Order: sequence, then C-alpha cells, then structure tokens
Amino acid sequence: MSGQTLVERILSEKSGRDVRAGDIVIAKVDLAYVQDGTGPLTFRQMEAMGLAKAANPSRTVVFIDHASPPPRKELATDHVYLRDFGGKLGAVISDIGGGVCHQVAFEWYVRPGDVVIGADSHTVMGGAMGAFASGMGSTDVAVAIGLGKTWLRVPETIRFDVKGAFPKGVYSKDLILKVIGDIKTDGATYQSMEWGGPAVHAMPMTERMVLSNMAIEAGGKCGPIPSDEETKRYLKAHKREKDWKPLKPDSDAEYEREVEVDVKELEPMVARPPQEDNVVPVTDPSVKGLRIQQVYLGSCTNARFEDIKVFCDILKGEKVASGTRLIVTPASKESYEKSLKAGLFDVLLDAGAMINSPGCAACPGVHGGIPGDGENVLSTTNRNYVGRMGNPAAFTYLASPATAAATTIYGVITDPREVV
Amino acid sequence: MTGRAWKFGDNISTDLIAAGRYYHLRSNLPELAKHVLEDARKEFAEQVKKGDFVVGGRNFGKGSSREHAPLIIKIAGTRAVLAKSFARIFYRNCINIGLPAVVVDADRIDDGDELDIDLEGGIVHDRTKKVELKFPPLPPVMARILEEGGLVEYIKRHGDLVIAGT
Repeated sequence: MSGQTLVERILSEKSGRDVRAGDIVIAKVDLAYVQDGTGPLTFRQMEAMGLAKAANPSRTVVFIDHASPPPRKELATDHVYLRDFGGKLGAVISDIGGGVCHQVAFEWYVRPGDVVIGADSHTVMGGAMGAFASGMGSTDVAVAIGLGKTWLRVPETIRFDVKGAFPKGVYSKDLILKVIGDIKTDGATYQSMEWGGPAVHAMPMTERMVLSNMAIEAGGKCGPIPSDEETKRYLKAHKREKDWKPLKPDSDAEYEREVEVDVKELEPMVARPPQEDNVVPVTDPSVKGLRIQQVYLGSCTNARFEDIKVFCDILKGEKVASGTRLIVTPASKESYEKSLKAGLFDVLLDAGAMINSPGCAACPGVHGGIPGDGENVLSTTNRNYVGRMGNPAAFTYLASPATAAATTIYGVITDPREVV
Repeated sequence: MTGRAWKFGDNISTDLIAAGRYYHLRSNLPELAKHVLEDARKEFAEQVKKGDFVVGGRNFGKGSSREHAPLIIKIAGTRAVLAKSFARIFYRNCINIGLPAVVVDADRIDDGDELDIDLEGGIVHDRTKKVELKFPPLPPVMARILEEGGLVEYIKRHGDLVIAGT
C-alpha cells in the first residue's frame, strides 16, 4: 500500500483492507469511552439494544469529569448509574478528581495506530498520539462498546505543514486559533486535519495536543499527527514505552488540500465571542486593553502541567489584578500533582488564585466558575459560544496560557510578549 | 400534513440547542426539551407544534457530541431538521435517533412558511411559496439506519453492523 494519508493508513489496518478517502469501512475500535454528560445515555441505549457486555472491557473507560465533584443531586445520581452499569460491563472507571477524559485517556490509554471513539467531541485530541480519534454521539459509542467496532467514512485530508520557530510568547494555541480563523468553523467539516512539518515535530507532545484537540473547532473529524521520537518519549514517561510504534503518512499521500504555515511571525491570537473563528491578534484594538473579570486556566485544551508552568513563569511574584479573579482547573490528577510538587500552586495562591479539583468545571458551563451577566472571561479553553460557560449573557475570549497570565496581572487583555 | 418552518441562522451550536446550564436535566429529556434552542429563539420551545420543521443555515449543530441536542429537537415535535450544511457529529446523531436531517437550500425558505417533506423522493415542498426544493439522498448506510427507525432499532433487528461493501 502506498499513497496513503495518516488516517487512510490507520483505517486500512483496522478494517483489514486497503482503503481510501470516501470508502465506507467497519473498523475495529481499540478504545471506547464516555463521560458523565454522555455516558448515561450511552448506557441506556445499550440497555435498549440488548447489549449487556463490553466487547473489550479493559479498553472501555467511563470518565466522571464534567460534574466532578457533582454540583447537583441529579448529576450525582447519574454518576451512581455510570458506576453501576460501568461496573457490570467490567469497564475502567476514572472517577471524580481523575481529570478530563481526553487528557486522562491520552496519558494512560491512547496508543499510536489506535481507533479511538469517545462520546465527546474533543476525543480528536487523541490524534496527537498518531491515532484515529473521533467524537461520536452516545448511540454510536454504545455500539462501539458493545460490538467493538464502528462504521466510518474514510475522510479526505487537509495537510498542514508547519515550519519556522515560534517567537517568544507564542504557542501552538495561537497557531490553531490562527488556522481556525483562516478556514472558519466549518472549514474542515468531515475531513481529517493532518499535521506535520519540522515545527510540529519540534513541538513537545503537550503542545501538539492543542492542535489535535481543536480540530473539531474547524469541524474536523480527526486531527492526526505522526508518531515519532517525541511520541516515544511521552509514552516512556508514562511507563508504557511498549505501546509505541512509529507511524507517518506516505510521502506520496494524496491530500484534498495542502496548507503551509510558517510560525516565525505568528502573533499571540485571541478568539472573540461568539465563536472560535472570530480571531484577531492580541494587539487588535478590539481586544487589547479589554477589561476581564475572570481568567480561566482550564480544560483538555490548555490546563496541563506544562500550561500551568508557562502561566506561573509569567505570574510569579505578581498579583491577580484588582477586579479580576483567577480560577485554575488542572486537566488531570497528573497535572495537579506535578504542579503541586513543582511549587506552582504556591505561585498561584500567592497571586490570589483559586484552584478547582481536576475536571472540566467551567469550560462546558457545568460548575466551578460560571461568569455573571455582562462579564468578560479570558479562557484557555476551546469554545466561546453563547452560553458555553453556563451564562448566555457573558462573553468568552479564547487565548493561550501565556496571554491568560499576562491578562491576569493587568486585568485587561494583555500581549504576553510585553511581560516575557 | 404540513408543518411550520422555524428559521435559525448559521452556526447554531449544540450549546444553543441544549445549553450547559441544563446539564443536570440530561437524564430527564422531557424537561430538557422545554429549553430546546432557548438561547437562539426563546419562543421556539413554547410554541413549536408536532410536525414543525427546524430550518438552519450553514454548519447547523456545530460543537459538542451531545446526542441530547437532536433528541430534544425531536421530542419537541420536530419532523425534520433542514439546513444548508450540518456539523458532522450532529448530522450522524440525527440519523441515529431517527430524526431526518436534510441538506437543502434553506435560504429559499422563510420563517413561518408551511412545509411538507417527501423523504423518499428527496423533495421539500414549500406550500406557502408553492416551490419544490430538491435534496440529495442520504449515503446508503445512513438511509438504511433512518429507514429502520434509528441505530437502536437497527441493532435490535440485525444484532450487528451489517453494511454492504465494507
């Protein structure tokens, strides 16, 4: 087989034949997961279909992350059902405090070459591991859990070739916001956003994850990145080097479109409400100096230890501006513990932050920092739709952890290059 | 039997359809359905009647994978969702729950128009304007799932994913 994109290679292996974009395949599912917002419906659908068992229990994970710990009795009762039904399936339960599904799945379960199906749209983050990872609805995931397979249309691929060195204060979050601003929120609908090029291979894994994570914000079906030495290093650090294998697209792969990006002159970017493609540089007068009532450092997109470190390196010795509050929600228990041990919580607490337990918290508007009417939030998350953070009368601006840190100090949207 | 067109704009997100602040109602769908599309058009949930149509613009249903979004559109009585284009996960979810999702030139439909649909023939009839809007058939695998009433009914009948040509 030759001439294949990354997604064609993976889906050929998992369907047992040579497939190309446009083909319909039934693929073996290597990892299936749900979270507490979608899992109860998944399990009710399994019951309705008469699927009483998981095809692969040790590769079926129930994440209790969106309402963690539960702010309401209805959500706590959903958790009771998830633990009970998940237990009957023999599934792995990642309970409250464990962290956001995509982050924890990435740390401990996703492998290069896997087909990963999750009942949450940001499942695409698994692409950074060199996997085909895609979000689906509850019923599709119910079938994937029960039968160990799913049907897919092999997507066409847009190839993003990234070169150049990131300027100081500029990160992969700025790159993905720039790309989404250019191609818009439906610019990659039904398609694979494949990343490569020297700047991607030079990125640490935690920066690559941001690119894959936000593929869905352009409508993408998946956001795969080749598995390389950095993938191996990441897996080794999580004591699962045996899960590594190299994986890349063929050099003669056929792409729907190829996009070259040079990051050497990239600026810190901000996505204004009401959606992720409403993007401008942080220097734009519509955002620079805008009063911010809440800075939120959280989500599967940008709340790993490395993000908290970037944030704290800027914040260290400074205070949260008067009239602004800072809420931090580490993406996982691992990120929480590493931040604590590295003394980053001291920096945050000295500055006046409050720290949530790991999970999704305010990002999808469930709890842990829902803004008030008329307030502006500068957030390291992935979506800024009307109502996304729990209040349709508040406004969310998306940016990198560095921009969030600079903004925390001054209480207005601030270019991080002024403080690094 | 015709139903009324409820027009919505481009980029209607799943947060506008099923807002995060009602997260605790996800296991109580009839109650959640009372808030369907509330942040896009407050009067919709109060006034929609059985057999009505939701008509969106581009990229309808963008955002999250929450299947509760098409479910509560269906529970509210909607017969079909028509849009110029759909976000991928939402589109697949509609078919899986047995709610027709139809790609059509929605610009030609105005709010309040009386519509009828011929799913097999691929035609939306705008009875108010007396025009026919053609739409392409679903991919065969999705047409089959929809015909059988959704993915739950499909799996109950076949016990497996059986798709020709795979």
